[in-house]
Amino acid sequence: MSVPILELKGLTKRFGGLTAVNDVSFRVEEGGISGLIGPNGAGKTTIFNLITGVYKVSAGDILYKGASIADKEPYKIADLGVTRTFQNIRLFKNLTVLDNVLTASHMSAKYGLAEALFRLPRFRRDEKALREKTMELLSIMGLADRAEVVSNNLPYGLQRRLEITRALALNPKLLLLDEPAAGMNPDETNQLMRLIGEIRGKFKLSVLVIEHHMDLIMGVCEHIHVLNFGCTLADGKPETVANDPKVVDAYLGAEETK
Amino acid sequence: MEYILGIFELSAINLVAVLGLSILTGFTGLFSFGHAGFMAIGAYVGGILTKNLHYPFWVAIIAAGLSAGLVSIVIGRLTLKLKGDYFCIATMGFGEAVRLIFSNMNYVNGARGLADIPQFKGASLAIPFVVAVIAIVVAWNLVNSRQGRNMVAVREEELAAQMAGINVLGSKMVAMIASAVLAGVAGALMANFIGFIAPKSFNMTKSTELTIIVIFGGLGSISGSVIGAFLLTALPELLRAFSDWRLVFYGLAVIVIMVGRPQGLLGGSELTPSGIRKMLADRKAKAAFARAKAGGRES
Repeated sequence: MSVPILELKGLTKRFGGLTAVNDVSFRVEEGGISGLIGPNGAGKTTIFNLITGVYKVSAGDILYKGASIADKEPYKIADLGVTRTFQNIRLFKNLTVLDNVLTASHMSAKYGLAEALFRLPRFRRDEKALREKTMELLSIMGLADRAEVVSNNLPYGLQRRLEITRALALNPKLLLLDEPAAGMNPDETNQLMRLIGEIRGKFKLSVLVIEHHMDLIMGVCEHIHVLNFGCTLADGKPETVANDPKVVDAYLGAEETK
Repeated sequence: MEYILGIFELSAINLVAVLGLSILTGFTGLFSFGHAGFMAIGAYVGGILTKNLHYPFWVAIIAAGLSAGLVSIVIGRLTLKLKGDYFCIATMGFGEAVRLIFSNMNYVNGARGLADIPQFKGASLAIPFVVAVIAIVVAWNLVNSRQGRNMVAVREEELAAQMAGINVLGSKMVAMIASAVLAGVAGALMANFIGFIAPKSFNMTKSTELTIIVIFGGLGSISGSVIGAFLLTALPELLRAFSDWRLVFYGLAVIVIMVGRPQGLLGGSELTPSGIRKMLADRKAKAAFARAKAGGRES
């Protein structure tokens, strides 16, 4: 079996006496779309914060392409190709759509500080290429006509889309989406589902998504990991997980009473 | 005539320091109330080099910028991990510490100050203006580069900036060093323009004045800082006729602007053709957004 793009091994995170994530192990295959689900407070976002280096791991390990990233600084993990979106959108609010994406693609420009201060040839060349690349990405994502709009003035659905676009500007290999469909209506959720499938192919990504919309999870994920109170409850293909009595009890059971 | 020229010289000198603070506060979002400390370091280095060691002005100015920059690396290492208000207080402490160190240093006459520093005259009176123009160009280039965009990202949303692969601490450090270098250069210009420096010229009032100008001009705007520096340096002089009351009027003018336009004169925008277009487009978009919201529909 090939090396998975992401592998969690006995991942544990304690905040004082509280164990938020307890001995969780699972893997995301290269090119796959995996789902991470569980009731509120199950530790899903904590796992994202651990993968991206925002929190330090208490025990266990995180392997990215077979190498440990557990002790790396967040920006270095992002440079390696792991990036994410946030549950509560975190855009650079006062910047335009273009500048949001331009900022995130900074690693594609190679000029140094001195070259920037004195506008040497490489600065001009790199900046031009950066802008072209950014505009191309914006048109792929259907945001080109809004390039000059201040991101805070965008409608909610487009803000979500912009956050994903900004993440794509880093040329990531692994994209972590934290409740991308939160606050969306069914129509927008369907669009988002299609979008996730499309970008996976177009940008050769692997995706790990946290979501509460079960139709989205069942629709796009090839593999699902279920958490409850920080512990693994189930792991496997969508059909197997959905029929697992433990999962139905803890989580999907809520669907029946709706 | 000489008096008017003097006001312009002082404005240009203040402008250099304000631009530095604008990079740190306006673009990176770090409030410093100790920038007079970096000015003091520059002023004393420049003063000693020109007076005691007879170096030419240019050498002194460059050395002043570099020494303030070096000190900022040490200070940055110690303080940049602090969040918001705590950073603010640390810089305040730094500014006061620098002032007290110079007050107690016999080599520079302690609190009595350093007098008879060689002054700009004739052609060398152009130096502050030349330096100011260079400072504007360099600051403009910085904030419009990827390094500058990283700083703005840090100001806007630190966590998201990290997730975009931005070294937050590194970006803050670059901003800190750039702003200290400019403050140091401004200090040396001041020493050689006035010919006399004393520790009390670099007290907290001076640091606060710089911060007020940056906020008055608008956070995140180079052109705002430029206009602010000229207006607020000239204003106390224009109000000289009111003698004792002038600082009251100065304070009132600042309050009126801040109440009427909390984002400052040009917060986040620039007075360039494309900047003005963007400002107008943004105003339209905001109006449309407000209408859509009022109508209960978004799109």
